[in-house]
Amino acid sequence: MLQLKNISKTFNAGTVNEKKALRNLNLDLKDGDFATIVGSNGAGKSTMFNAITGAFYVDCGEIILDDEDITYKKEHIRSRDIGHLFQDPLRGTAPGMTIEENMALAYLRAKTARHDYFSRIRKEDKEKFREQLALLNMGLEDRMKQPVGLLSGGQRQALTLLMATMVTPKILLLDEHTAALDPATAEKVLELTKSIIKERNITALMVTHNMHQAIELGNRILMMDQGHIILDIEGEEKAKLTVEELLEKFKENAGKALDNDRILTAE
Amino acid sequence: MSSIFTLSIVQSALELGLIYSLVALALFISFSILNIADLSTDGCFTLGCAVGAMVTLAGHPVLALFAAMFAGVCSGYITAFLQTKLGIESILAGIIVNTGLYTINIAVMAGSSTVNLFNFDTLFSLAKDKIGGSFSKIIVALVIVILIAIFLAWFLGTRLGLSIRATGNNPDMVKASSINPGFMITVGLCVANALTGLSGALLAQYQKSCDINLGTGMVTIALASLIIGESLIGKGSVLRRIFGVVLGSCLYRFIVAIALRLNVPAEALKLVSAIIVAVAIALPYIKKQVAFEKQKSAAMKKRREGK
Repeated sequence: MLQLKNISKTFNAGTVNEKKALRNLNLDLKDGDFATIVGSNGAGKSTMFNAITGAFYVDCGEIILDDEDITYKKEHIRSRDIGHLFQDPLRGTAPGMTIEENMALAYLRAKTARHDYFSRIRKEDKEKFREQLALLNMGLEDRMKQPVGLLSGGQRQALTLLMATMVTPKILLLDEHTAALDPATAEKVLELTKSIIKERNITALMVTHNMHQAIELGNRILMMDQGHIILDIEGEEKAKLTVEELLEKFKENAGKALDNDRILTAE
Repeated sequence: MSSIFTLSIVQSALELGLIYSLVALALFISFSILNIADLSTDGCFTLGCAVGAMVTLAGHPVLALFAAMFAGVCSGYITAFLQTKLGIESILAGIIVNTGLYTINIAVMAGSSTVNLFNFDTLFSLAKDKIGGSFSKIIVALVIVILIAIFLAWFLGTRLGLSIRATGNNPDMVKASSINPGFMITVGLCVANALTGLSGALLAQYQKSCDINLGTGMVTIALASLIIGESLIGKGSVLRRIFGVVLGSCLYRFIVAIALRLNVPAEALKLVSAIIVAVAIALPYIKKQVAFEKQKSAAMKKRREGK
């Protein structure tokens, strides 16, 4: 489904601020894979996501999504097939537009042909939006005419998730998307994430700093350090993994302990 | 009051308010929706006026409106091109286009700085012949404004319109959702400047003349109308906000009419509109400051009393 072949990216090359963010990174994600990603600060987790979405072009290597080479495709063209959620819950929605308008935009951009500029949503679509919102159990279905700016961070993140998956993306990138939410809301958004991914068999990558989450979720776990993937465990072996083993394995492969100042190892 | 508001004053304030409301709507798109201060508005208004006047002079008052809109689209496209393709700061792009348009406008008016349309058919004179009565001008302006309002309300609900709104509202979101922000800014500015051009052409026909300095300060006046409208109507559905902008423009013209009636010299009006805009934009900030000072002094007082 997604192949990253030997991609590298250096920021500010040739200056004192030179940062080799990605170094010969390789990843082969199969259809339906749900991989969690852990790693130290500055390991390149978000940079890898940004390379996939096209926020910048990689210095070398290839990015293949669903057998299509997207290495040099523009960001707004790639994002048709890619759902991307950020840690900041305010990034994914337009605060000045109503819930309905936000959903309409997500729906129309994904459902109608690229040059069908004047498509509008119909009554049935609004009904569908209402049903989807009702599933969130946040009472948003009765607030569809309200601007999104009035919602809480958790509500906005849940809405963003709904919008990103309104039409099933080829791949869903979750960049610590529950980290900035309060525990109860984070749990809710996580449950929603799990059920959507499972129901529709979406291929997904999820960065987390919660070790238990990393072990518990998905069928595959990736560890990153210094711009590449140092550990890739899947299937049976992953299912049996414990937090202690995970940290031990990291030490073995990276030659140092996992240093992430936000890492959560306790339940 | 009756001495201030004669029927003809109310009428001309409404007529001008409706005509100028199209510029305010243009700023509604560029300033409120796209979050871009389009400073080419002054020059574009004159461009619409000049193109409209010249085509009217050639005997096509209806075609004049479309020609002026097309001229506006071209002007908006260049402003957008400078900022999206050449990386020029949006304010600077507007100023550059505005400066260039001065020469273009003179050229459009065949090297002269004024054009007169006396004794030529205009939309308003044609309407007067057809409908008759003193309300024909208002009717013409009203019909055009209503058509534009309906179009805008429809347009802003389409995928393109929603994308334009999102572009101004949350650029981060737009980048992650397959919308090309550069294209949205371009379309938005083209539509906005088409309205500015249309407004200019209507004014040329309304006052039967065009002058190279007609557009000076137009951006401030339109902004004043926009802000008056938004503070009266507040946020709400798009149609409601559009109505607010038109209302704001008419109200502004009433304020001007009253000022003129009270013998405020005409040349002072630009200063008045500058003050209106400055005050209206500063008001929320001042309110916040005042509230904070109140809270602070109350807390200080309590502390002193506690001692």
